[in-house]
Amino acid sequence: MEKILLKNIDKPDSQDIETYISGGGYKALEKALSMKPEDIIAEVKKSKLIGRGGAGFPTGLKWEFTRKEKGEPKYVVCNADEGEPGTFKDRVILNKDPHLLLESIIICGYAVGAEKGFIYIRGEYFEEINTLKKAIEQAKAKKMLGENILGSDFSFDIQIFKGAGAYVCGEETSLFESMGGGRATSREKPPFPTQFGVYGKPTVINNVETLSNVPSIILNGGDWYSQIGSPDSPGPKLFCLSGHVNKPGVYELPLGTSLKELVETYGGGVKGRFKAVLPGGVSSSFLDTLDVKLDYKSVMEAGSMLGSAAVIIMNSDTDMVNVCKNIMEFFAHESCGHCVPCREGTRRAREIFALFANGEGKAEYLDTLLDLKDTMYDTSRCGLGQAALNAGASAVKLFRDEFTKRIKK
Amino acid sequence: MEKMVTLTINGEQVTVPEGTTIMDAAKKAYINIPHLCFLEGLQAEGACRVCVVEVEGEPRLVPSCMREVHEGMKVYTHSERVRKARRMIVELLLANHPTDCFTCERNQICELLKLAYELGIDKIRFDAKKPQYELDETSPAVIRNPNKCVLCGRCIRVCHDVQTVRVIGFINRGSDTKVATYLEKGLGNVPCTNCGQCIHACPVGAIKEKSYVDEVWAAIADPEKHVVVQEAPAIRAALGEELGLPPGTLVAGKMHAALRRLGFDMVFDTNFAADLTIMEEGSELVGRITGKIKKPLPQFTSCSPGWIKFMEHFYPDLMDHVSSCKSPQQMFGPLAKTYYAEKAGIDPAKIVSVSIMPCTAKKYEAQRPEMNDSGFRDVDYVLTTRELARMIKEAGIDFANLPDEPAEPLMGVYTGAGTIFGATGGVMEAALRTAYKLVTGKELEKIDIEPVRGMDGVKTATVDVNGLEVKVAVAHGLGNARKLLDEVREGKSPYHFIEIMACPGGCIGGGGQPISFDMPLRKMRCDVLYKEDKQLPYRRSHENPSIKKLYEDYLKEPLSEKSHHLLHTEYTRREIGG
Ligand SMILES: Cc1cc2nc3c(=O)[nH]c(=O)nc-3n(C[C@H](O)[C@H](O)[C@H](O)COP(=O)(O)O)c2cc1C
Ligand code: SF4
Ligand code: SF4
Ligand code: SF4
Repeated sequence: MEKILLKNIDKPDSQDIETYISGGGYKALEKALSMKPEDIIAEVKKSKLIGRGGAGFPTGLKWEFTRKEKGEPKYVVCNADEGEPGTFKDRVILNKDPHLLLESIIICGYAVGAEKGFIYIRGEYFEEINTLKKAIEQAKAKKMLGENILGSDFSFDIQIFKGAGAYVCGEETSLFESMGGGRATSREKPPFPTQFGVYGKPTVINNVETLSNVPSIILNGGDWYSQIGSPDSPGPKLFCLSGHVNKPGVYELPLGTSLKELVETYGGGVKGRFKAVLPGGVSSSFLDTLDVKLDYKSVMEAGSMLGSAAVIIMNSDTDMVNVCKNIMEFFAHESCGHCVPCREGTRRAREIFALFANGEGKAEYLDTLLDLKDTMYDTSRCGLGQAALNAGASAVKLFRDEFTKRIKK
Repeated sequence: MEKMVTLTINGEQVTVPEGTTIMDAAKKAYINIPHLCFLEGLQAEGACRVCVVEVEGEPRLVPSCMREVHEGMKVYTHSERVRKARRMIVELLLANHPTDCFTCERNQICELLKLAYELGIDKIRFDAKKPQYELDETSPAVIRNPNKCVLCGRCIRVCHDVQTVRVIGFINRGSDTKVATYLEKGLGNVPCTNCGQCIHACPVGAIKEKSYVDEVWAAIADPEKHVVVQEAPAIRAALGEELGLPPGTLVAGKMHAALRRLGFDMVFDTNFAADLTIMEEGSELVGRITGKIKKPLPQFTSCSPGWIKFMEHFYPDLMDHVSSCKSPQQMFGPLAKTYYAEKAGIDPAKIVSVSIMPCTAKKYEAQRPEMNDSGFRDVDYVLTTRELARMIKEAGIDFANLPDEPAEPLMGVYTGAGTIFGATGGVMEAALRTAYKLVTGKELEKIDIEPVRGMDGVKTATVDVNGLEVKVAVAHGLGNARKLLDEVREGKSPYHFIEIMACPGGCIGGGGQPISFDMPLRKMRCDVLYKEDKQLPYRRSHENPSIKKLYEDYLKEPLSEKSHHLLHTEYTRREIGG
């Protein structure tokens, strides 16, 4: 497949606006500015693009909701926090093709009627922050950004916002809180970001990768886009392949590509014998097969979720109990601590996995963990707590004997 | 007109105004949804998730305290899924909670224990490590035990939203989350007002008053000591709640009787000192209005030590507006060790002065370094209503059946004006009754000043005093006080006299009262005092025969030199940082 998201990254000076323009860059912006905002949104809806940040919400709908909100001003926030372990895809775009992202944000701003965009970027991405700053300057100099963009009466500004450094800051409502200067804890939804986002105003929040699809949709049309890959969730996707594979890395493939193909054709095969995979990072459930198509629906039907597509492969040497212990340590540390099921649930699960890891488990704990997972999913306020025990509970189900072996006699 | 919404709750149809939460709508279907972090009167927070319910079509359970109803919504408040989740959540809370319920303050009234019982939790499936935090004992009034904290955030919301003091907040994240003061300096080292409203908000035993019960028992047991006791107006309106009597019962007489039976040597009454405060403060007000006293108007009341500390930290520029009068407790203190000591021929060094207060801030006030005008610590120990109730229980006193007894007359006779001090607006009303007489020489005809009564956050009234329209305002709760104070700061305040009480409802809602953040209950306590006011033989402070005697025999007249020495004070500028 011809690359859409990563098509520019191997060009020399790919970050430079001249390189970008000579490859057809900012043409989509020009076209978009000649369209009615509603028609842009219609095109994005037609494309069936859904969010790549993890939650998988239809992007066109999100834009439409925001456009229809009465509150003013409206904002676009690009989520570049990329805090999920095993996720390193946005970074490639931020680093190598910053103008693709800027163009996308500006189009989004025009479509939803926003006057300002923010890029909330992971604080540790120093180089990427500099690259973006430079790109913003260049775009302003070329009238792609700022007052009266390309001679139109649309004005738009983009500001970089450095992240507060916690995983939960990537969660949209915590992100807004942290931008507002508050403690990074989530907000209750509803109200949704489209109604009450950053600074309490209607806000579109999209992931870097999600937005980066937009210029090609504008140039080629939603219908064209919707034909790529899986019919339910079409489009290209950046897969972050890591773990026990020979060639870890970021691969752009159409959604619906089989996991086997990703691992064997692109990832150079499993190192050792395959045992398990987390298709959507540490928030997803383990699968013990490579026979699954990598699109949102298929992965869900297989019992997990694609999330941001951090595909983590584990071979037969892997100690699942230890993996669970490490994952729970991550979540117990990263929980914002606001709601009981997540704060208390992650810390108790961490204790239990640590006991098993020491050979001090108890048989009853296994069912307790499964019950705990249900409650955490059902009652936690944000996605962090809702998903924190997915991996752990699925390991208990799929690899129960590894746990029963560690029960204290 | 309000838009109405119809939904079904457990199959029962209910119609409620748009914007109603599921939790409130459920009451219409005769369901009280269990909850923990929700507290009526505070903003909902959705932190504990105990109040979750099932809503048809939703992927997950939703917190009923925050989710608003919509047309056609189908809610299930106690389905299998809901019950399982609630039990798990409470189990998680219990797993992290110390198990020393036997020795906990909130034994019998703990909301967590009640939830555990009501939700039928019969086992805890986790063997958890319990938290091991240090207690915050830096304050002379309010102690925090973070180990018992369930992180509901109710104290924080009270301190921020109701009191606008904002000295506590969440710090850290995940399992390390806790409630703390700025830089973990401790409540004693930050601008905490010691109001104790956070104690009322707390569902468990994580915040309490610093107790001096054992010190008081020791003084009573010491034959060398002569222990005198005073009780604030608000005690008699609430003490019965702790001792098996229905809310709204006036227990002044039983209170005096119980104190005698506990072994106090001399039972006086703070209400007497409240009348004295009115004599002094009313005279000061007249002085300011006539220009004899060169201090600005409006004059602020000064009997709420929580408010005083708040002013010292946040409005020190308005210090000159504050009456120089000490609070009734601190007027009583030096008089007990001078006037009474002389009259009774007792060595003041042997007197131990105890006060029973509805207030945690009074514990702090008694320890202020300047409060030693008698040559001794003016008030030695301050106990809250709750601490007194504990002593009465410990002694096995059959409180409900005690006879009614008066306090000792020398410093125990009081008027209706003194008793209403405990209710928001009461000081104002009492002061007007006397100030009117001081200015006009005549008695105020309409003695019940209704506009300053009741639970509105800010109340105002105008009283015609000899042709002068005296404008007054009353605020209770420090958030409400800010509204009046900011007006003064901007030079826009039209008032002559402003009453401020730190606690919502006034002293009857003080941090030392029986645990409750229920405003209707606080209103009921106010009504007890207004009822007593009506029943008393005298209703104006200047009519109090014991006060007249005090002036004749000892102080001479209001604002006399002796009064100034014993009954008036000065304030201290304090930093906002600590
Ligand atoms: C704990 C947590 C962390 C998240 N971190 C990120 C992140 O780093 N980047 C991101 O784009 N979305 C993240 N999300 C998802 C966002 O909340 C949000 O759904 C997303 O930014 C929406 O954009 P999209 O519709 O383009 O996917 C996170 C969600 C949760 C619950
Ligand atoms: S689920 Fe976890 S991270 Fe999210 S609000 Fe609750 S405690 Fe915070
Ligand atoms: S005593 Fe009052 S001021 Fe101090 S922390 Fe509690 S609520 Fe805040
Ligand atoms: S101290 Fe009490 S009120 Fe404050 S958060 Fe803890 S449990 Fe809640």
